[in-house]
Amino acid sequence: MEIDPFIFRLSIFILSIFIGYYVVWSVTPSLHTPLMSVTNAISSVIIVGAIIAALAGKTENIFDTANIFGFMAIILAAINIFGGFLVTQRMLAMYKKKKKDKK
Amino acid sequence: MISENLLAVFYLISGVLFILALRGLSSPETSRQGNLFGILGMAIAIGVTIISVGNFSTGFLYLLVLLLIGGSIGAFIAFKIPMTAMPELVAGFHSLVGLAAVFVAISAFLNPDVFNLGSPGSIKIASLIEMSLGAAIGAITFTGSIIAFLKLRGIMSGSPITFFGQHYLNLVLGLILVGLVFYLCKTQSDIWFWTIIIISFLVGVLLIIPIGGADMPVVISMLNSYSGWAAAGIGFTLENTALIITGALVGSSGAILSYIMCKGMNRSFFNVILGGWGATDQSSSNQSKEQKPVKSGNADDAAFLMKNASSVIIVPGYGMAVAQAQHALREMVDALKKNGVKVTYAIHPVAGRMPGHMNVLLAEANVSYDEVFELEEINNDFANCDVAYVIGANDVTNPVAKTDPQSPIYGMPILDVEKSKSVLFVKRSLSPGYAGIDNDLFYRDNTLMLFADAKKMTEDIIKSL
Repeated sequence: MEIDPFIFRLSIFILSIFIGYYVVWSVTPSLHTPLMSVTNAISSVIIVGAIIAALAGKTENIFDTANIFGFMAIILAAINIFGGFLVTQRMLAMYKKKKKDKK
Repeated sequence: MISENLLAVFYLISGVLFILALRGLSSPETSRQGNLFGILGMAIAIGVTIISVGNFSTGFLYLLVLLLIGGSIGAFIAFKIPMTAMPELVAGFHSLVGLAAVFVAISAFLNPDVFNLGSPGSIKIASLIEMSLGAAIGAITFTGSIIAFLKLRGIMSGSPITFFGQHYLNLVLGLILVGLVFYLCKTQSDIWFWTIIIISFLVGVLLIIPIGGADMPVVISMLNSYSGWAAAGIGFTLENTALIITGALVGSSGAILSYIMCKGMNRSFFNVILGGWGATDQSSSNQSKEQKPVKSGNADDAAFLMKNASSVIIVPGYGMAVAQAQHALREMVDALKKNGVKVTYAIHPVAGRMPGHMNVLLAEANVSYDEVFELEEINNDFANCDVAYVIGANDVTNPVAKTDPQSPIYGMPILDVEKSKSVLFVKRSLSPGYAGIDNDLFYRDNTLMLFADAKKMTEDIIKSL
């Protein structure tokens, strides 16, 4: 009997939880705020679902209800992706060690 | 346009890049590179998805326009937002992820063919369960984050809202949700699907309203975790590895942060969720203490004390964020350093309104991150330090947590500020903090209260230094 592909996805899921567990524990506490903003940005990869929902199907009826929900999800996710990564970048740019000035 | 297998490999690559993005955050030096990995992962995921759909007609144009609109809004917010407003921003962003998950689940339900889930009316049972989970968690994340946002922004009162039978109501609603998913699978009727979403919206509100001000760090981390599980639920529905990996990463990340925050307050996760701290137990304890003597001083006294100290530890808290005092604080520290005083910063895990809040504010004010220490790293140093400068923190310094088993914060790890030779406590009044408990520290002999706005006081101290 063949293994259901669901089991493979479940394995990926479980193993990723473990990876997440170890990776996140090694994040230094001073970077917990950027951690939250970047996890927020990457969870917006949900946009791939939105893109499929918006574009797939018959070309003629783009404005099917299902497509409209897809398009709305695209906007929301796009705000998040750009906002999340940029604000993380902005924060991380501020974390500096001062080398030059020993006032 | 692109084979299913190749597509899956690309999604795997973006998943790995996202892992590297989080991995980069283990130190500030590697973090910026990590963020670039994250951006690259996202670009790959979006790019291959567009290619795989292969529809470059009118819909594609709309897609680009919407990406542009959303992107500009996001970029605008990212550049404009003051660092003190980060907690609200993150809560707001979580709500968007939640709502996007709901929308994607809805379109998958309405148009299952494009996701290979069957056809309307005969969607695969497994997919139905996965999409209802994704939609339900997404909906809870959405309304929960909206409430968190309103509370953090001060639009809604930060104090816990509790009513009789609240937890039973939540329990019943939870059971109803399970029942609805069951009926949805049985009948495939869309009415159940919409009801699931509506009830989940309600549950999101009910879950967050009983949780108050100082517990906000837990709430934000928890919602962070939920947004991850919602993404994972959708990932299972769409059979998409990038989403599954990301969802798992974000979910466990939020869960760990919630755990760290709970530990920082010595409270169990359930205790926080059930809420109501500070609303109920404050009345009993702090009436008798009104008349105790308090020593108060002015900026000159504080400047004198600190100038003649050999080491000073700064203890920032939420009040510093509210007063926007971080820049003034750094100037004061610079002035002290010119006088040869050794200055470090001590940060409690739950200082502020989200994990790492204080660190970001200090970084914004150009404080070098190797001068900033966590509770365990620095707590022993208070005994050898001359002056502790407490600015905007309160409950996290309260010695009652160590001495009074009756106190609601008993057992919470605190910064041992009282061990330093003298304590300068900047506060506007003697009022208790968010936990509603009187701070014993105010009445100690070695404490000098500086009654003023955090920023104004710090600026005055700079003047007299």
